[in-house]
Amino acid sequence: MESKKGGNRKEQEMEQAEIEVTENKSESGACFPPTFSVSEIKNKQRRHAMFLKLKEEKRKQKLELKKKKKKERKALGDQAPPKEVPKTIENQRIYDETTVNPEDEEVAFDEGTDEFSAYFNRLTNPKVLITTSDRPRGRTVRFCEQLATMIPHAHVYYRRGLALKRVIPQCISRGFTYLMVINEDRKVPNGLVLCHLPDGPTAHFKVSSVRLRKEMKRRGKDPTEHVPEVILNNFTTRLGHSIGRMFAALFPHDPQFVGRQVATFHNQRDFIFFRFHRYIFKNEKKVGIQELGPRFTLKLRSLQKGTFDSKFGEYEWVHKRHEMDSSRRKFHL
Amino acid sequence: MQHDDVIWDLIGNKSFCSYKVKTKTQQFCRNEYNITGLCNRSSCPLANSQYATVREEKGLCYLYMKVIERAAFPARMWEKVKLDRNYAKALEQIDENLIYWPRFIRHKCKQRLTKITQYLIRIRKLTLKRQRKLVPLSRKVERREKRREEKALIAAQLENAIEKELLDRLKQGTYGDIYNFPIHAFDKAMEKQEEETESEEEEEEDEEESGTREFVAEEEFEESDLSDFEDMNNLKGSSDEEEDAEEQSSEEEETEEELEEEKTKAKSKGKTPLKGPVRKKRAYVEIEYEQETEPAQKSKAT
Repeated sequence: MESKKGGNRKEQEMEQAEIEVTENKSESGACFPPTFSVSEIKNKQRRHAMFLKLKEEKRKQKLELKKKKKKERKALGDQAPPKEVPKTIENQRIYDETTVNPEDEEVAFDEGTDEFSAYFNRLTNPKVLITTSDRPRGRTVRFCEQLATMIPHAHVYYRRGLALKRVIPQCISRGFTYLMVINEDRKVPNGLVLCHLPDGPTAHFKVSSVRLRKEMKRRGKDPTEHVPEVILNNFTTRLGHSIGRMFAALFPHDPQFVGRQVATFHNQRDFIFFRFHRYIFKNEKKVGIQELGPRFTLKLRSLQKGTFDSKFGEYEWVHKRHEMDSSRRKFHL
Repeated sequence: MQHDDVIWDLIGNKSFCSYKVKTKTQQFCRNEYNITGLCNRSSCPLANSQYATVREEKGLCYLYMKVIERAAFPARMWEKVKLDRNYAKALEQIDENLIYWPRFIRHKCKQRLTKITQYLIRIRKLTLKRQRKLVPLSRKVERREKRREEKALIAAQLENAIEKELLDRLKQGTYGDIYNFPIHAFDKAMEKQEEETESEEEEEEDEEESGTREFVAEEEFEESDLSDFEDMNNLKGSSDEEEDAEEQSSEEEETEEELEEEKTKAKSKGKTPLKGPVRKKRAYVEIEYEQETEPAQKSKAT
């Protein structure tokens, strides 16, 4: 292409020549039809300028198209074809065959007889022990304290280098139903092991984006001692269901609506977002929520059947990066 | 020949030695046979022809000795003696092997043996405890996860989801009677409006009658009587003021009767309320004195 070496002038001349030739064909701007491509210009600034022009052109065309469509739509009025639904990752999600159907009897039967059935049948009340890994730093300690204020009947204990396998029988003997271990790395909490105690499953999560209470904007006062409500969103598959039940069993059964507090576990694309709010109903159509309490996100790493035993435990589900992260539309919770 | 002093002049003491490591305050010796680790005239293994060290290999301590007789044979220069595992016995062995050797070297060897046994014990203790497993993080994966988390957060629209869920729970009635939003009354009213228009008017009129006044004819009133009066409006206006001015109790009784009348009449006739004009007339005060009007008679009667 001659324009390779040429400056802007030459290109413009060429364009003008082309325009003169093809005037009848179109009315649009300078770059019709581009027999040279923008990438062939060696000079960076000129190349950049041409590229911007090209983009401008494309944007204009897109806008025109949009306007035209809108006009047509208006003109048709009621008979206009329905608006197309945009594709989202949630729309395009690969169907997981373990998705739970609400009326599924088998699932209902399983849930009636699994480790949480004792809780859901109101036989036990939750009692949570929160601890950390060895030598926790200030941030982790504060995080534990705040968790303990949010979850009723929660106690924080200092780890003191004890082995978890020794801690667990002691907890069971003292009537705890949950053991929560917050792992710390580089002065920041980054892992959570949630162990349901009598003989329940152990879930290991990766914790990220921990925001403590004083870092929250526009937050309310400290949470009171009332039992909060629990919201579990989007736990669709079997695995998601069991994790959801795990979270539900952390809190006592009967929420005290007087307290107007709600703890939310929202699953989106395998990330579980935890929030703690206080709500107030302004009227029957509007509710206002104010965030108190810490927030964090969890990502499930593994779910193990018995109590904590990393070497010899039977793993129900382990996150295997190469298998499970290969598709962007496949989610497991 | 072994001239220790010459060697020391050449390498130690502000000269170059490849094992020497210099810091601001001190000089260290990196030679593996050095007993103290410092670069000194008495600790330098090169500058001392009679020298001994204690070294540890795979949990076992060995005593290394160098004597001047073997200085010419580098391959056989260091004599290696395995020391006993028992600390006390090892000390005795050192004493036995280094008998007649300078005090400094004997003392330093024993010190070094002590230190080694101490750290070996510590290693054994630590391996029994829980060990921290370091899991390497792949930076690329971490960055990817972070980005996905941000996108998921945006897609989640948490506040909306929570609000929706709470409103659903309110509608379903999980909160019971705590919140007194008249949802049900409102809904019922809407339903009735769809079915009967009259019932709507009924409600409206019921609400209005408690506050406003309507002027309706008396029970025995007949239309024919109207002709006797010239201005119905004036009459109504004056009656309004006089009622206000004089007795209110009688009015209340009358209004009550009127209310009942109105109810029965309104249903059938579908009268529109005279709210607007009545209220306007009530706003300003006009005093007219007429004594032949009905309200005057009423007041006399009661």
